[in-house]
Amino acid sequence: MSIKVELQTQSQPGPGTQVAPSWPMLRTLAGIAILSGLLVVLVYQATKPIITENERILTEQAVFEVLPGAVSKVDFVLTEQGLAPAGEGAVGMAVFVGFGADAELRGVAFPGAARGYQDVIQFLFGYDPACECIVGSKVLRSTETPGLGDKIDTDPVFLENFVALDASLNPAGTALANPIVLVAHGTKTAPWQIDGISGATISGKAMARAANDAAERFVPSIRRDLAKLAAAAP
Amino acid sequence: MAELPNPQENLSLDTFLRGLWTENPVFAMLLGMCPVLAVTNSTMNAIAMGLATTFVLVCSSLLISLLRNWIPKQVRIASYIIIIATFVTIVDYGIQAISLELYAALGAFIQLIVVNCVILGRAEAYASKQRLHTTLVNSLGMGAGFTIALLALGTVREILGSGSILGVALFGEGFQPWVVMILPPGGFFVLGAWLLLFNWLRLRKERKVMEQSGVAANAG
Repeated sequence: MSIKVELQTQSQPGPGTQVAPSWPMLRTLAGIAILSGLLVVLVYQATKPIITENERILTEQAVFEVLPGAVSKVDFVLTEQGLAPAGEGAVGMAVFVGFGADAELRGVAFPGAARGYQDVIQFLFGYDPACECIVGSKVLRSTETPGLGDKIDTDPVFLENFVALDASLNPAGTALANPIVLVAHGTKTAPWQIDGISGATISGKAMARAANDAAERFVPSIRRDLAKLAAAAP
Repeated sequence: MAELPNPQENLSLDTFLRGLWTENPVFAMLLGMCPVLAVTNSTMNAIAMGLATTFVLVCSSLLISLLRNWIPKQVRIASYIIIIATFVTIVDYGIQAISLELYAALGAFIQLIVVNCVILGRAEAYASKQRLHTTLVNSLGMGAGFTIALLALGTVREILGSGSILGVALFGEGFQPWVVMILPPGGFFVLGAWLLLFNWLRLRKERKVMEQSGVAANAG
């Protein structure tokens, strides 16, 4: 009963009822919002250069991890016209060209993504044009089940699949000669197949799909623009 | 203006210690269960989440206590949420600046501190009614209690589920990890075990007190 009476009083104030003034409420909310905005902007400005540097270091570490022997990198982007140096107004997906200490091209790292068990998994794959194969992989972002799905980034036996995974093109150079696929554990017979892993079947399939799609997208352009990439040595 | 129905608390050791034991947010009040169960699959994640929550709890409680006489009761919840969200955003940027790997490991649970009942609960029940210095000490105690609880879960789960602590392997090559412990069910198992232990300790203490009071009554 008392709740009902209170509700009626709030919705229909009588002649003797005090109505809360709006100005203090407006003043409080506006003041707190301004203070909040100031604090957030200050912290954003203060941490932005540090976060950008952290991202650069993390990307560099990942590129050097998937491209054995690389000690420096040059950033490119994949445009409709092919691969173009990053930072010259070109817009597209980022590609990282790795060079050794002798300024020799060691390979190209490109991103890949596919839906796993929990969410989309993001990868970085290293491709060596000399052997026309994927020579390294790293999971950049994943929410796969710890201890099961995350084996795709930790299990050394599974990762051996990505030491020399065939990603050669067809004679026309427009698509992969053989699609990269995951096969049941112990049944791998061809260099473009990935030997499956128990406990991480869905995540493993996602990784195979991501590698296949990324190779289909990037490798034809890499072959076409290889001379341009090699000439970009720092 | 906000009313102050509760009497002002005098600062004492209990102001801090309550959060650690009798009013522990996790083991006594069962608040903030989402991060408690989700991110305690490793000791490092537990420490990071505990410290992040403590930072938000202390800063937001301090600001709310400071502004308690200026926040009208009609808009108090909206005001508290804005204040809490501000400090969560600050923590979010702070963790990205410290380590992107840690940020990725904690995932969405950093942003979800905004809806952690421990923080809004302390704001409404304590910080909005008490003075600045008692609020500081109380929120530090609550934050420490929350962090210790997360650590208690994270350590046990990492030892059993990964055979390591802070990433350092504890057992030999032959150790078979109990993987379920770092999966979501493991969070429930370990939390249940800790609650069982603490309730047993509490009941034992109560029984002793009752026995002693019974002896005293008979003697009288």
